[in-house]
Amino acid sequence: MRLSTLTLLQPSQTGGASSIADVTDDWPSMAQIIDTLTFQAGHNTTMVISGTTLLGLAAGIIGVFALLRKRSLMTDALSHATLPGIALAFLFAASFGLNAKSLPVLLAGATITGVLGVLCIQGILRFSRLREDAAIGIVLSVFFGAGIVGMSYIQANAASRSGGLNHFIYGQAATMQPPDVILMGIIAGLAMLATLLFLKEFSLVCFNDAFAKVDGWPVSVIDLVMMALVVLVTVAGLQAVGLILVVALLIIPPVAARFWTERLWLLVLIAGLIGAASGYLGSSVSALFPRKPAGAVIVLTAGAIFAISMLLAPARGVIAIIIRRTNLRLKVGGDHLLEHAHELHQTTISRDELRRVAKLRGWTPPFRFMIMLSLRIEGMLKSAAQRGVELTDAGIERGARVSRNHALWEQYLVSYADIAPSHVDWSVDLVEHVLSDELVHELEDRLRSRGVTLPDRKGVAS
Amino acid sequence: MSPINTHNTRTKQGTRLSERPEHSSSSPISVHAMTIAYHKKPVLWDVDYDAPSNKLIAIVGPNGAGKSTFIKACLGLVPKASGQVEFWGQPYRKARSRVGYVPQRESVDWDFPVSALDVVCMGRYRRIGWCMPVTRSHKQAALACLDQVGMRDYASRQISQLSGGQQQRVFLARALAQEADLYFMDEPFAGVDAATERAIVAVLRQLKEQGKTVIVVHHDLQTVTEYFDEVILLNMRIVAAGPVSEVFNKDNLQKTYGGRLTLLSEAAEAVARTASGIPEK
Repeated sequence: MRLSTLTLLQPSQTGGASSIADVTDDWPSMAQIIDTLTFQAGHNTTMVISGTTLLGLAAGIIGVFALLRKRSLMTDALSHATLPGIALAFLFAASFGLNAKSLPVLLAGATITGVLGVLCIQGILRFSRLREDAAIGIVLSVFFGAGIVGMSYIQANAASRSGGLNHFIYGQAATMQPPDVILMGIIAGLAMLATLLFLKEFSLVCFNDAFAKVDGWPVSVIDLVMMALVVLVTVAGLQAVGLILVVALLIIPPVAARFWTERLWLLVLIAGLIGAASGYLGSSVSALFPRKPAGAVIVLTAGAIFAISMLLAPARGVIAIIIRRTNLRLKVGGDHLLEHAHELHQTTISRDELRRVAKLRGWTPPFRFMIMLSLRIEGMLKSAAQRGVELTDAGIERGARVSRNHALWEQYLVSYADIAPSHVDWSVDLVEHVLSDELVHELEDRLRSRGVTLPDRKGVAS
Repeated sequence: MSPINTHNTRTKQGTRLSERPEHSSSSPISVHAMTIAYHKKPVLWDVDYDAPSNKLIAIVGPNGAGKSTFIKACLGLVPKASGQVEFWGQPYRKARSRVGYVPQRESVDWDFPVSALDVVCMGRYRRIGWCMPVTRSHKQAALACLDQVGMRDYASRQISQLSGGQQQRVFLARALAQEADLYFMDEPFAGVDAATERAIVAVLRQLKEQGKTVIVVHHDLQTVTEYFDEVILLNMRIVAAGPVSEVFNKDNLQKTYGGRLTLLSEAAEAVARTASGIPEK
């Protein structure tokens, strides 16, 4: 028993298998892998790989501006809204006796209803109080529904000539021909050219459209150019990855790239590279394992790159954030311990004392162990036989400083503070542990100017 | 100069405001009979105003009084239901290069992949022109503007890593980079630290020394007398406008903040209900 959609996708290569459980893949040999990756696996494979690589490049670049303009989801509505256009174009061409499966005709139809869908969203937003998510949901589903109705009508009435129309839904990269690859190349070239020429204008409109308008820039024209590029990439991607998945190529590479950089031109570059890599690797894998549809594999490849970026990126990645948070918690824990010793005028901390602090602060035994370890590594503590640990001079000094900062901060809270949002994403009572020397000096100046007596600097190196 | 009061004269559309006796072409901005509505609900009624040249002008009024709407309408960012606005006796189209704008800080996504310097350079784009790259001389000019607001050291910082006050100063620097003669600033003092407040006040004074006019939406009544020359008291209409010493008094403040212009806001609600055909609230 087979799923009908699978039959649609790869009708010629599924002959042998009678059950889905029987389908097995033969692992390709090393030679096959190398041939595929170096464009030597035959004309067809080369066409597919170069076409999807160029498509990924274009989509990655253009997707950056859709993302920054917060139009990513509108792109999804656009791609779904192309389906009724494809059906109508087929019927239109057939009724005039033209070649109903001519790609330019079908893509022209796709473009028309796709743009119509976007206009419908704008209209709904303008003339009702619906929010954008609702408007997109309505347009996306209604247009797609209309497309499905059109498709089933065609299958019922012109089944013999309609084979292949379904490829626009799921994509069929294997049908790519040299003209398609040239088309992808032209679109990728256009995307790069437009970005080179208009990076300044695009970024201005994406960042602050009201300012751009006051400054005299034709915001709607610039928006139109960006939207036109999105339409172009979407329609071009229909054949290879299909209308359901093409939006992934516009969204995933830019968001993955965003993890790696804070610079716009680098974002464009990295997003383009991630898109191209997804197209290249995805279609190569699909070529090596013949039952894997290229579009889906390309999207999965992009998804994998996104997951890696989200985890591993140095500044914005999840792991980097966890490490920074943990380091901060360890530092705060260490501060508390040293401050505690300072306030008791002790230079040693007994085991019982340590246990008491840990209970008070709610430290788990492993966390307590890590705090002690990090303090030892930093040279704040050394072992003292029988009696627990002994503070080094550096440790004593740090305890005194933290204690003083605490006092300073308490005094300052009488007034009000303004600290970078990126520095206060943890609770406010941690502030005293993150005060830089610069901030401490500023605190002292302000308090002094208000006539507040500063806590003494005893034991604190200046 | 006497306080300018609202009047209810109607003009034919198309006549130049500067030719009318109550408006002057030497005024940086003249507003005539301007009414603004959001979703058919009027938020500003029949506003008439002539800004005096080379003054620091505060717009004050309660929340929802239409302060931001007033400057957005002057700049053509929200459509006018009726009325005319002219800059130095010319339509906005022709005077654009002489007008600078500081939007509300919350109006943009600060997690945008640009540095503080990049944002300030945006103020130079109009001079740079289509498709041309930002040259070194424009970057120098932008750096000088950052310096003016005490932010030169943060030039290469990504903008999400700046504090609220620093972000506000970046916006101010961008407006300075526009090198305009008339500035509109939407709540530049909202939620900023003391250092930023001092920096903004210093910049306002410099702008005045250079002969410029600045219109600022302001929320802090305490500092109006200290920072500004002129004040517009706004609550859906102009209650009073003129030199701070003349119009910024208890009586006018009472009219603006207290007493809740109940009739006017009820009328606005009624208009909204009738226009949209649905009962609201």
